Amino acid sequence: MMSEIFSVAFITGLIGATLRMSTPIILATLGEIITERSGVLNLGIEGTMLFGAALGFLTTLATGNLWLGVFVAALGGIALSLLMAVLAVYLGLSQHVSGLGITLFASGLAMFIYRLVVGSPIVPPVITPFTPVAIPLLSRIPILGGSFFTQYSLTYITWALIPLVSIFLFKTRAGLRVRTIGQNPFAADTVGVNVNLTRTLSLAAGGAFFGVAGAFLTLAHQNMFLIDVIGGRGWIAIAMTIFGNWNPLMGAVGALIFGFLDAFQLRMQTLGVDLPFHIFLMIPYLITILALISVSRKATVPAGLLKPYRREDKGG
Amino acid sequence: MISMSIVKRKPLPGWVLLIIPVAAVFVTLLITSIPIIIAGGNVFKAYGALFYGALGSKFNLLETFVKASPLVLTGLAVAFAFRAKFWNIGAEGQLFAGAIAATWVGVYFTWLPSFLVLPLMILFGFFAGGLWATIPAFLKTKLKVDDVVTTLLLNYVIFHIMGALLFGPMQMPGSSWPRSASIMEAGFYPVLIARSRFHLGIIISLVAIAVIWYINKKTVFGYQSRGVGINIEAAKFGGINTGMVILKTAIISGGLAGLAGVGEIAAIHHNLMMDVSTGYGYTGIVIAMLGNLHPVGVALAAFFFSVVSVGAQTMSRVAGIPIYITGIIEGVSLMTMLVFILLTEYKIRWTKS
Repeated sequence: MMSEIFSVAFITGLIGATLRMSTPIILATLGEIITERSGVLNLGIEGTMLFGAALGFLTTLATGNLWLGVFVAALGGIALSLLMAVLAVYLGLSQHVSGLGITLFASGLAMFIYRLVVGSPIVPPVITPFTPVAIPLLSRIPILGGSFFTQYSLTYITWALIPLVSIFLFKTRAGLRVRTIGQNPFAADTVGVNVNLTRTLSLAAGGAFFGVAGAFLTLAHQNMFLIDVIGGRGWIAIAMTIFGNWNPLMGAVGALIFGFLDAFQLRMQTLGVDLPFHIFLMIPYLITILALISVSRKATVPAGLLKPYRREDKGG
Repeated sequence: MISMSIVKRKPLPGWVLLIIPVAAVFVTLLITSIPIIIAGGNVFKAYGALFYGALGSKFNLLETFVKASPLVLTGLAVAFAFRAKFWNIGAEGQLFAGAIAATWVGVYFTWLPSFLVLPLMILFGFFAGGLWATIPAFLKTKLKVDDVVTTLLLNYVIFHIMGALLFGPMQMPGSSWPRSASIMEAGFYPVLIARSRFHLGIIISLVAIAVIWYINKKTVFGYQSRGVGINIEAAKFGGINTGMVILKTAIISGGLAGLAGVGEIAAIHHNLMMDVSTGYGYTGIVIAMLGNLHPVGVALAAFFFSVVSVGAQTMSRVAGIPIYITGIIEGVSLMTMLVFILLTEYKIRWTKS
């Protein structure tokens, strides 16, 4: 078995799968980081991803156009985030509860719409999913080129988004505004930043990321919509946001580690290791908890997180 | 430009507060008639089927109680934890822990005198759920790890522990499916009303409502638990061992969810399977919020969700509305209720500037 694990084919296969499986988690983590940096915890993430997965799939099923599916999924994510903004930003309701409410509502809505459109056929409908794109030259690099540079377009876009979100948050005026209202909304308000509007826009951006992350699962990773397609990946993204200390690069690293563990456990199962496969399924979650334990003492939570902003409460 | 602000209002008279839940349900059903219309259903016929299916006959009503029983317990579990601001999103996992422990007793403790089987299942189920909940409580108080995330992740961990057990030591001999053997008949919750499934667990849920109400209102611990929730720093300053209070809160919270797991085994399935819960732990979160974290509120909210869940099956059959409308109704009712509760304390003021 050891010789199998250390074979070139196994390792390149593992790397390729790691990059694939981490893509939706990186996207969702980036979205959550933007949102939380502005001071809003969005627990609607899991349901928003399922909604994106359903809308993306159904759009592509109807039109045959994959990118239109991705686009509609992003719009769906934005719509749900605006609802979150009404509840948690403008009305100032508990972020925990509003988010969980959105997840419940969005999950129900996603499955409802799916049933309404496709009915209950014995064989669920499928679409022709995205195919991996080999980047000329780079994909021919011996050994590792194939697994790194034969990925879905959405995966390449996701990689590009990691530095872009970093630059946005830390190098632009708009990013500074987002971070300031997440740290000290009262100070931001006095210098003329519209706190609630900026939080709403941050939520909307995050929602688009969640929607696309969900669509990746039904349009690339798989070719059909299943009720448990998200499988807790949204919650993992919440964990990775903390693990990455609200920093896009570190969050992406966390997501990659989770993707690796996920890919590794799948391969261990297929190698026929003599352990119940549920033990392997458990490992990524356990290691995520351990990772959180290791970072939580020095985590620097955005100071304004979870606190609704009301000008009247000044100083509160 | 018109801008919105939210300002405190004078306390409303008591009768308004009583009308609020009714009004929220009404508004919810008004909003959720939109998806029903889109699905091509007749709103009156659909809601008629919903309420008939849940309340229309003695049998239907008793089934609604059966369904409400686990929801009351997970709702109480979450409400009790949230009251202390221990964000327990893990009732689902604690329910699994309780179900595993109850099954273990019910299948393997054959040497027990039969009158002890059920009490021991309940005891083990309660403490299995409670102990599972102490993990995130400990991580929160000692290591400052976010409880929302750990309780969520631990749901997946125990789900897979259950899977490993059901494919391993607890698998029914001769079965290739992940399911345990059936528990002894001495471990069944007795049925209390003939020709129905109205069982002892429903009484246990009712007792739990009273017990939690008593703890909240009449005990020092209930007072401390609330204090930790309102202001942990002040509680610490006042000499309360906040870590210990959160730990005890977690045991009671997890224990209640564990009891829901016991009920699913002792009353419904009689053996352990991967789909022992249909998301009762997650629904419990919404029920707790709908009930405003008050035990009586939780009971009413659990009953309402049970009506929706049982009635939706009839609605689906009669009016052809996909069963997933339940998730939509539950989500919308939560949001509506939140807004209504907000409006009892605040009013929205629009100003031109």
